[in-house]
Amino acid sequence: MVLVYADDEQLTYELLGKGREIADELNVPLKAVIIGEGKEKEYIEHGADKVFVVESPLQHFKAEEYSDILANIIREMEAKVILIGGNKNGRELASRLAAQLNAGCVTDCINISLDGSNILAEKVVYGGNAIAIHRFLSEPSIVTIPPKTYDVPPSEKRDGEVIRKKIDTKEYPSKIVNIEKKEAENVNVEAAEIIVSCGRGLKKKEDIQKIEELAKVLKATIGCSRPIAADLKWLSEDHWIGLSGHKVKPRLYIALGISGQIQHIAGMRDSDIVVAVNKDADAPIFKMADYGIVGDIYEAVPLLTKEFKEKLGS
Amino acid sequence: MHVIVCAKQVVDVSEVKIDASTKKPMLEGVAKKISDIDKNAMEEALKIKEKFGGKITILTLGSPEAKENIKELLAVGGDEAILIKADGNEDYYASSQILAKAIEKIGDYDIILCGEASIDQFSGQMGPRIAGLLGIPQITYAQKIVAEEKEVMAEKNLGDSIVTIRSPYPVLITVTKEINEPRLPSLMQILASSNKPIHEWDVSSLGKIEAKVEVIETKGLTFERKNVIYDEGEMEERVKKVVENVIKEGVLG
Repeated sequence: MVLVYADDEQLTYELLGKGREIADELNVPLKAVIIGEGKEKEYIEHGADKVFVVESPLQHFKAEEYSDILANIIREMEAKVILIGGNKNGRELASRLAAQLNAGCVTDCINISLDGSNILAEKVVYGGNAIAIHRFLSEPSIVTIPPKTYDVPPSEKRDGEVIRKKIDTKEYPSKIVNIEKKEAENVNVEAAEIIVSCGRGLKKKEDIQKIEELAKVLKATIGCSRPIAADLKWLSEDHWIGLSGHKVKPRLYIALGISGQIQHIAGMRDSDIVVAVNKDADAPIFKMADYGIVGDIYEAVPLLTKEFKEKLGS
Repeated sequence: MHVIVCAKQVVDVSEVKIDASTKKPMLEGVAKKISDIDKNAMEEALKIKEKFGGKITILTLGSPEAKENIKELLAVGGDEAILIKADGNEDYYASSQILAKAIEKIGDYDIILCGEASIDQFSGQMGPRIAGLLGIPQITYAQKIVAEEKEVMAEKNLGDSIVTIRSPYPVLITVTKEINEPRLPSLMQILASSNKPIHEWDVSSLGKIEAKVEVIETKGLTFERKNVIYDEGEMEERVKKVVENVIKEGVLG
């Protein structure tokens, strides 16, 4: 069987679409697991032949218990391929599960396919410089697939089986004591068509206003590099573009005062057109730029705002 | 308190170039270093040792040349290191099996610290895999660790939320790059570190372990960009040209 699990509904639909393809090629059933409450009926309509709904021992995701639950289900059946939703929880879950099952695992796959009956998994390595193609030599083959890697195929009326289970897990001494939701700003850089992004070239938090003025003229979403979100916390992590932040592919990406460390490039390399402004003519961002201005962002940004405003009549 | 820090020697990914003809990454001769986030793990270990005393053991799976980089971790305050010598072709499964077996052999430990991922492969598998093999709790993506006598609290950063987890020892924790700023060793520390032991173990002493995945190809990513850079003339002119070009591209909808 091909088994799908993600702790997120949208991501589960994406995995079910790809899982259905793989299951059909291998001529095996596609099964999904829900821990706690979920949309078993919708999962069947999105391709699952069977959905296990497992009573959750916990209120929230915790890798130790969730891994025990999945291992328990998988050991009862012959799982060929296990697709895990590749958010942060999924990555730690897949890795722990792989250890428990003595299985191979590839995380953050940008594509998976079949080579005969072996899974091929492509993953970005060396800080975004290369793609490594992995071939599984054993079963089950465990992969994690990040959100938005695959489209969700349309759902259809189809029959499937729902199996309710209670699985006893070992009791682990670690406990979740608090969950703090960060204030969401309703920013979605991943869906943005135009991004104006700032980096370490900014001298103080208030100067983000200058970036906002340009973004307003272009109807752009504001992005930033790691220091601005993670170290200085001038913008929330929703804006963070990079290897550990968000991966974006806008039509236009304007990098202001961003040097272009490889970790940042990994997050914006799929942009259609890239414009960069940086004081340092040798900054690596210029290698990734279609158009560039060597100069001070404090001088260039107000002029860009003015010029775009005139040309676009906005 | 006995802390084990898992540290990997990696190529400096910012130095990796792509061969224009073969489209393969050129890894030969690229400088090597301890993976950045493993240094953050080391820094947390030092803070725990400062609070409770005890010992820090550095555990590395890699080639004999990794010794040079391990010395940096001994210099900042590691007590001893174990280098498991291997050829570097181990997959995630084999590497974690080897590290877990080595940790079992070390025996007594309270905390295992790892980076959330290595900067070369960025798989994030090692920490959770080792915890799974040892059957101990794991706390991943920690942005803050508060160690107490009997238990540890850590904040797991999920991006849109922060999950605080409490665990008694032993526990495995993986840290993010944001958790701290790793210290640099003083000259005295560097000199003194040459007397600290680096035990070399042969990978075969831990048993035979077969890989579960193999890398069949690594393709370099190259990008075609126009690279039209304006670096002279009045700023107004430079800006005008860029704006003109962007509008011509038709990307403004």
